[in-house]
Amino acid sequence: MNTTDPYAGERLKLSPFHPRQQALNIRDAWSAWNGYKFADYYYDAEYEYFCVRNSCGTYDICPMQKYEIRGRDAEVMLNRMVTRDVAKIRLNRVAYCVWCTDEGRMIDDGTIFRLAGDKFMLTCGSPCNAWLEKSAFGFDEVSVTDVTDDLAALSLQGPTSCAVLKNMGLHGIDTAKPFDIMYFPFHGDTLMVSRTGFTGDLGYELWIQPALALELWDELYAAGENYGIQPYGEAATNMARLEAAFIMPAMEFNEALRTVHFEHDQTPFELNLGWMVDFKKPHFSGRRALLKEKQRGSKYTLTKLDIEGNKPAEGSYIYKNKRCTREIGYVTSAMWSPAVKANIALAMIKTEYLQGELWAEIYYEKELRQYSRVARCTRKQKPFWAPPRARATPPPDF
Amino acid sequence: MNNYDAIIIGAGHNGLTNAAYLAKAGLNVVVLEKNDYIGGASVSRELHEGWIYSSCSYVCSMMRQALHRDLDLGRHGLLLVPYLGTVNFGDAGERLFTYHDEEAAHLELKRHSPHDADAMHRFQTDLTRYSQLIRKTLLRTPPDPTSFRPRDIRELLYLAKQVWALGEKEIYEYVRFFTMSAAEYLEDYFENDMIKAAMASPGIIGTALGVYSPGSSYILLHHVMGDVDGSIGAWGLARGGMGAISDAIAGALQEHGGEIRTNAGVQQVLVENRKAVGVVLENGDEIRARVVVSNLDAKRTFTRIMDKNDLPEGIYEKACNFKIRGSSGKVNIALSGMPKFTGVPGNRYIDRGGQGFTGSLETMERAYDCWKRGRWSDDPFVESVIPSAWDPTVAPPGQHWMSNFVQYCPSDLAEGPWTAEKRDLFGQTVVDKIERYSPGFKDLIVHMEVRTPHEIEQEIGLTEGNIFQGELTIDQLFFNRPFPGYAQYRMPVKNLYMCGSSTHPGGGVSAACGANAAREILMDLRRPNTVPDDDFYDE
Repeated sequence: MNTTDPYAGERLKLSPFHPRQQALNIRDAWSAWNGYKFADYYYDAEYEYFCVRNSCGTYDICPMQKYEIRGRDAEVMLNRMVTRDVAKIRLNRVAYCVWCTDEGRMIDDGTIFRLAGDKFMLTCGSPCNAWLEKSAFGFDEVSVTDVTDDLAALSLQGPTSCAVLKNMGLHGIDTAKPFDIMYFPFHGDTLMVSRTGFTGDLGYELWIQPALALELWDELYAAGENYGIQPYGEAATNMARLEAAFIMPAMEFNEALRTVHFEHDQTPFELNLGWMVDFKKPHFSGRRALLKEKQRGSKYTLTKLDIEGNKPAEGSYIYKNKRCTREIGYVTSAMWSPAVKANIALAMIKTEYLQGELWAEIYYEKELRQYSRVARCTRKQKPFWAPPRARATPPPDF
Repeated sequence: MNNYDAIIIGAGHNGLTNAAYLAKAGLNVVVLEKNDYIGGASVSRELHEGWIYSSCSYVCSMMRQALHRDLDLGRHGLLLVPYLGTVNFGDAGERLFTYHDEEAAHLELKRHSPHDADAMHRFQTDLTRYSQLIRKTLLRTPPDPTSFRPRDIRELLYLAKQVWALGEKEIYEYVRFFTMSAAEYLEDYFENDMIKAAMASPGIIGTALGVYSPGSSYILLHHVMGDVDGSIGAWGLARGGMGAISDAIAGALQEHGGEIRTNAGVQQVLVENRKAVGVVLENGDEIRARVVVSNLDAKRTFTRIMDKNDLPEGIYEKACNFKIRGSSGKVNIALSGMPKFTGVPGNRYIDRGGQGFTGSLETMERAYDCWKRGRWSDDPFVESVIPSAWDPTVAPPGQHWMSNFVQYCPSDLAEGPWTAEKRDLFGQTVVDKIERYSPGFKDLIVHMEVRTPHEIEQEIGLTEGNIFQGELTIDQLFFNRPFPGYAQYRMPVKNLYMCGSSTHPGGGVSAACGANAAREILMDLRRPNTVPDDDFYDE
């Protein structure tokens, strides 16, 4: 720590990519994530969102928490913790997972990478050291290491992302299927590339030791110059993930270990993640409660809504009637989707009312005056944005 | 099968929209297109390998969001991407950057004139107010002011209510605004010529008027009243070129069971007992339908594919006198690299904006003088954009295509008919102008498509190459468009309709003309309406 700086203890950490990102953040629009200084946007959030949908963009995921779990018992330990069957994750594959309390309430979501038979990487949005330690209790041969600061990671998302990586010399990257992991030699070290992301579009995540972060950045940006590469921040990510109907902590779910009020947290079933709960596999945390919920039905269901009009239903209540006398749920995220040209939202709605009419009471401001509007909502079964290129192998060049 | 509910003549974006809404209502429709490609003036064409030009229209802002949403054009492949600010090039070497970012834009204006930087707020506010009023009419059928039918009276009352809501002072201003020239209107706000020139340029686009001609202020408004995702005045590029718009609408049309026939130019609209009953194709085939809808401009519809004797008295003359003067050309250029402009820092944001070779108000007016004398402007106003800086689908990586819209260029030259040599000379004038601001520009040119009004008329069928299918002057707007008494998409012959930009609300790739016409046709055929209302409220 720099002792000449009296505020040193309060300053945010800088990502290994910071020098390049700072140069491009011409609006100085910074916020924070897990102690790292983190870009909200660089120039214009909507512009950056369109780069993700039209060309490609990079998103710094260094602040994301990364844990290495290794040892003979690593697989069983993780399998005891998360709801999905970890045994089914093949070598060099990634799986999206959630983990719950004994009451079946969701602690967090994240991805598990199987890097070897007895070696995994778990990534998640919030620090998870304590829960991992707790989960490892009783297993003889498993070690959990926080590698967050030992691994730099950059997400490259958008229709030209595969073309950029090919142009960078990553031969064969176009054969990677969604959730595949591939390795490439890079300056004497190894660059790990996974076909993963948080935008619902074609995209990859690049993993490298921090000392080589700037080399990676420079080579990526040189390769991407003619493919519209652009850094994007939290604001654009939030737009893209909502179109893909991906959930966000502190938006769609309140982490169970930080929830004060009874059942103000959520279960995987409520969040439409029931497909990830595997009752056929050995016991896991929350199994009993989740099985009960599956049999009885969930109280709430996260629902994708297309709402009439163009005013985002941010913070709206959902009613079962136009007169708004019977409240049946609340909107968790809402926006006008520029790609879909629809007024989209995710909402938690009491399951018993899902089949009936849904109305949102929307408040909006016009030159300092508040207005309200009751708008009809239509349920959508599929994500708002799901282009075929996101699943295609090999993916198209744009 | 040769019996349809509706025949739509012309597969431009309005024809396709019209057909899509009729098909959505369950009608059996066919769109007939003379070219071997669809899209009309909203088209993407690969004329040089690896480069896809938006040959005619090149940017988009008026496309009705409600239609985009309702026809699910996103799923059919349409992505409209707003582009960043514009660099305007002044005669005396000045550069005016209109940045996307509000703060940066203000600082830049201040550099030219602190007065004008402040005045811009008032200007934008007033324009927004006017825009909002007109925007409300876009997806509505103009009422007939002489009619006593309940629907017309209801619409007139709706309009009166909207106008009244402006407040007394603004009503006077609004009426005045319609009669003014762009330059005069801007005098109310600005002192700096560079800023005035930049702001005035939308007032002449596509119109045979100069910046000092009365009526050009409305044209200015017409160009700033669109929006991209609610940001009024913003312009966007269609990913894949403007053809992506037509293709997406065609996708929606086909999904609803509609049919498109290319290489099917219409020779003649068949009229029997004063009713349109079908068409005869250029190859002699006859197709019959309950209604015939022309997406051609008013002049072409009534003077080229209809028999004068089938028309009520006076219509043919009205069509002949319909004001549809060609005033602009288009030069599409394939470039081997990104051009560098003197005095412009090439950065990732500026490169992704547009270029306005505006010069000054005087230069623009002199450019108009040339047109009046039947020549193309020797120092033309050029509005350019390099879509490939943003759209990865329209040029090979690292190479670019530049769209250059050029004013003025007459459809009839004083010195005799257009020839290939004259066309190329016109193209050269444009390239020379750009080269002045971008030394070395010529060396980057890989391929060029030069389009004078002559080419535009020959290929696309727009009379005189007028991009709006008829000028947007007040005598030809709203309930006067295309002719007084025929503004509700029904034409003087029963079962004949028009759905192109010759009808309200005019050109600009809004798809509103086609949708509005569909609503009227469905009403006449006693089918439920499939056309949505505009989805903005309480702007």
